[in-house]
Amino acid sequence: MKLFSFLFTSSIGRKILMSVTGLSLVAFLLVHCSINACIFFNDHGKTFNEAAAFMGNNWLIRSAEIGLFVGLLLHSFQGLYLWASNDQKRKQKYHTTAGNSNSKWYSRSMGILGSLLLLFLVLHLSHFWVVSRFTDELSETGSNTLFHKMSLIFQSPVIVIVYVIGCISLAYHLLHGFQSGFQSLGFNHPLLNPIIKNFGIVFSLLVPLIFASMPIVMYLGWIK
Amino acid sequence: MIKSMKINLKVWRQRNADSVGNFADYTVEASPDMSFLEMFDVLNEQLIENGREPVAFDHDCREGICGMCSMVINGRPHGPKRGVTTCQLHMRSFNDGDTISVEPWRANAFPVVKDLSVNRSAFDRIISAGGFISTNTGNAVDANTILIQKEIADEAFKAATCIGCGACVSACKNASAMLFVGAKVTQLSLLPQGKPEKESRVVAMVNQMDAEGFGACTNTGACFAECPKQIPLSVISTLNREYLSAKLSGK
Ligand code: HEM
Ligand code: SF4
Ligand code: FES
Repeated sequence: MKLFSFLFTSSIGRKILMSVTGLSLVAFLLVHCSINACIFFNDHGKTFNEAAAFMGNNWLIRSAEIGLFVGLLLHSFQGLYLWASNDQKRKQKYHTTAGNSNSKWYSRSMGILGSLLLLFLVLHLSHFWVVSRFTDELSETGSNTLFHKMSLIFQSPVIVIVYVIGCISLAYHLLHGFQSGFQSLGFNHPLLNPIIKNFGIVFSLLVPLIFASMPIVMYLGWIK
Repeated sequence: MIKSMKINLKVWRQRNADSVGNFADYTVEASPDMSFLEMFDVLNEQLIENGREPVAFDHDCREGICGMCSMVINGRPHGPKRGVTTCQLHMRSFNDGDTISVEPWRANAFPVVKDLSVNRSAFDRIISAGGFISTNTGNAVDANTILIQKEIADEAFKAATCIGCGACVSACKNASAMLFVGAKVTQLSLLPQGKPEKESRVVAMVNQMDAEGFGACTNTGACFAECPKQIPLSVISTLNREYLSAKLSGK
């Protein structure tokens, strides 16, 4: 335990924890996005429900889910702590600022973007995860599946808009976070740096775009 | 013919660390060929002639190598130009009639001494904690007895160009000193003379950096953008990597 205490006590240790948990969440997003994209087969959710059932029944994936949840909590609390404590390191603020001339606004707004994500996640988890894991409301086959739940929830234009805002926050959070995570881990390589940077940009735009398209196509009734 | 320019200044005045400061407005006639600090010399002569207190500001070499000058000009440490210290900034970078705001470096770890002058001894204490090599004194060893690969020597030299001015801290929204500490750690750990102490050094320097009240890096890159020596962000990833490996080996 003492070996890892630096992850909670030193500035760099805290950053390393942010990075490890953040990049694990990135890996999770890739899986989550691939499975959800099964709705685009437009087969009344057949493939999607099967994939979701596989994820729900596989013990390896269920164990990873616990790890993911712990990671999300660590990432969120550590992120909020760092945001608050960093903000205290300059009690007397500048009167004239020129932040945009030396950095991107979203790199300076990870705390706000993360908080928006946290609020969104509470809503999102209560929509699907809580219902499918902790209630008997849904079944794996029939007319009351996770897919049906999706189409039901995305009937509401307000919810669709909230989801799209959530995805935009995610895109900006990742646009900075993806490459930042590698930098925090001490990863630096003349040949790999541009690949990480460019792959990060594509990932940060593509994944949230695919996610955001789901509530939209269901609302419009293009996927049934 | 040298055209004179009229510059309106909003300068931060603060009696000492405990007092509340505020902006004072001044007007200075300057030549475009003056450095920013020479323009301040003119202002101070003007103030002295009128029986008022001159503005305190730090400076020493005035040729971009000592790291003493430290002004936040229109919200940017060392002013609008990249890779330039305040002393090497010239009035031709501004226009006749401009209003320029000038503030001190702001960070809890850099308390204001007076006006634009801040106490940067926190950096000295970080260096004392580990920014050195321990060797036995004696005859000076010939410089070429230890061969160093050219690329490594160049990289170490690049990091060693940090002049310890603190613009990185002043630019960072977290008041983080990691560009400075990263530069020192990189410079020493790349070279054979610095290698034996590399693990204990990085841990000691980071501990001191945290104790001084600098923030944690969030990789915004503002430090690099404002650093007069353009120290690359890769020194921060080197710092992170060395810290992580020192910690995992139980240091
Ligand atoms: C799907 C969800 C999320 C993903 C994929 C994600 C990913 C990331 C990544 C990769 C980083 C970069 C880490 C680094 O710079 O070392 C990061 C940073 C950050 N995240 Fe998240 N994050 C997510 C959710 C959240 C949530 C819910 C919060 C809650 C407050 C949050 C707050 C932060 C903050 C404040 C930072 C900046 C920390 C720093 O650089 O010191 N994130 N995130
Ligand atoms: S890293 Fe650059 S900005 Fe920071 S102290 Fe060194 S020279 Fe100044
Ligand atoms: S006065 Fe020495 S660097 Fe500016």
